[in-house]
Amino acid sequence: MPPSPEKQREMLRLMQTIRRFEERASDDFHAGGIYGVVHCYIGEEAIAVGVCSALERDDKIISTHRGHGHCIAKGADLNRMMAELYGRETGYCKGKGGSMHIADFGIGMLGANGIVAGGIPIVTGAGLAAQLDGKGRVAVSFFGDGASNAGPFHESINIAAAWKLPMIYVCENNQWAAQTPSSSTLALPDVASRAAAYGIPGVIVDGNDVIAVYEAAVEAVARARAGDGPTLIECKTYRWRKHTERPEQGDRRPVEEVESWKEQDPIPRFIEYIRSHQGQLSEDEWQQMDREVLATIEASVDFAKASPFPAPEAALEDVFAD
Amino acid sequence: MPKITYAKAAADAVAEEMRADPKVFHLSTDAPQPLLKEFGPSRVRETPITESALTGIAIGAAGSGYRPIFHWGIVTFAFVAMDQIVNQASKIHYMFGGQAKFPILFRAMVGGGGNRAAQHSQSPYSMYMNLAGLKIILPSTPYDIKGLLKSAIRDNNPVISFESSRLSSLEGEVPEDDYTVPIGKADIKREGSDVTVVALAWLVHEALAAAEELAREGISVEVVDPRTLVPMDKDTIRASVRKTGRLVVADEATPTASAAAEISALVTEDPETFARLQAPVIRVCALETPIPYAPVLENHVFPDRHRIIAAVRQVVGG
Repeated sequence: MPPSPEKQREMLRLMQTIRRFEERASDDFHAGGIYGVVHCYIGEEAIAVGVCSALERDDKIISTHRGHGHCIAKGADLNRMMAELYGRETGYCKGKGGSMHIADFGIGMLGANGIVAGGIPIVTGAGLAAQLDGKGRVAVSFFGDGASNAGPFHESINIAAAWKLPMIYVCENNQWAAQTPSSSTLALPDVASRAAAYGIPGVIVDGNDVIAVYEAAVEAVARARAGDGPTLIECKTYRWRKHTERPEQGDRRPVEEVESWKEQDPIPRFIEYIRSHQGQLSEDEWQQMDREVLATIEASVDFAKASPFPAPEAALEDVFAD
Repeated sequence: MPKITYAKAAADAVAEEMRADPKVFHLSTDAPQPLLKEFGPSRVRETPITESALTGIAIGAAGSGYRPIFHWGIVTFAFVAMDQIVNQASKIHYMFGGQAKFPILFRAMVGGGGNRAAQHSQSPYSMYMNLAGLKIILPSTPYDIKGLLKSAIRDNNPVISFESSRLSSLEGEVPEDDYTVPIGKADIKREGSDVTVVALAWLVHEALAAAEELAREGISVEVVDPRTLVPMDKDTIRASVRKTGRLVVADEATPTASAAAEISALVTEDPETFARLQAPVIRVCALETPIPYAPVLENHVFPDRHRIIAAVRQVVGG
């Protein structure tokens, strides 16, 4: 069943927030206010939003190096996110993590992670904790097609299947692992078919169709909450930008391929869906929503820039917990 | 006080902490049967042989409010989990700005002496020592392992316990009442005045035997057991060396970039301690080879009480 009209509007707002946040993060990275590495999720917004809209606040997720979208979709605070990118004391990690390590354990966001497939076992541990708690919570692992070739993917799904952990494994198949096409590294066309090896459902959805992603997630979440174990959902999608924003980062993907996927932009597709099913989003309303989103992004940059850098000695804090 | 083995003391520590705290659970290949019988398959998980994912699972469960214990078995098997230890466990509290705690006990058997050849006779603790963010314990007696494991299970950080397989059947007095041994506190296993021998794990017992023999020659040896490698009890080690003026470090790991090297450095870099040194520091470690199989080869590679005695005689100018 599709989400309510109110919820659809909220989902659209979240997708546009991810889009605008990353456009700004990219601009400010190139302008010099943001350091290190930024990996943009633009083009894949329907997946984070579709899946997280099927979750409750107490459910857990884990992200990847391309993590801004998952943070925003799970309800992270834009000010603290932007402040982290700016390396400020008010950031989620007090300036110790940056773009690749934003986490908010308070909302069940167990972190972006700089190691491909590194987060999959960790969030599976959150799934084990959810099972031990016995309160019907679930945990979601986001990862890419590249991670599905790595050991932790297979080890974790095997354990989750054997122990019937309340897990949802969401493969964002954007078809390129950094600069390597998945057609060079996967013998099978679909990551979802790997689910058969572990005796769990493997589902393929159009990752640029937020309603399709949401409905698949709702079904997988219900299955997990019922104690029936994990589901692997493969979302076919595409990343619009280079692997990273760094100037030296190459991009060998064919221009025509990138452009053809931009025609599948999940945001206009969702607007089209809303209008054809509800007819309740006028162009003025949409423009107004976008202005509001841009204002929140602008406010987050203002917050970040007004925040102090951490004291140098703060580097010595948090090595160990008390 | 009753005498029990090193292995039994460790098992008792785990069972007592599981009784005391429902958030403690156990992961291992081949689940310990007494533990499984008492606590059931939900808290004592029988796992596939996938140390990498299970190490990550322990991290995720810890970040979700649990206190997992993951027994890697022989440390050999922990190497496939290096990504989860190096990139995740040691850094996750820090890189997320301290917003969550990760109380995890990892256990691994180390050491040789069992003719199990190169892969199953290793003592690689120094490979983990320079990852800021992990605590590392190396207990040498039944009393110490029980008290240190209890501290480790109650600690809010990832702790690795390296346990010498040579010590499994060693018996010692262990109180029946609850007690802990603090992480980060060395123990002077024997007092002496002429030479400090800082010895690790099984070598503690070889050092004590050496001290006994050297006492008959009139050489008084102080045996210091760090018990914890991270954080190292620098104060106790330096104080002992300032007293004796001489240092021998004994460990069955190879010497390059080792715990023995670290102990030597923390003594010589301290001006006050350095000023009291009357002889160069000597490390008594394994020879720089993978560990061989045949007993005659293995015994040649590992240090023992005889090499400690020779080193002590050398530093006292004998």
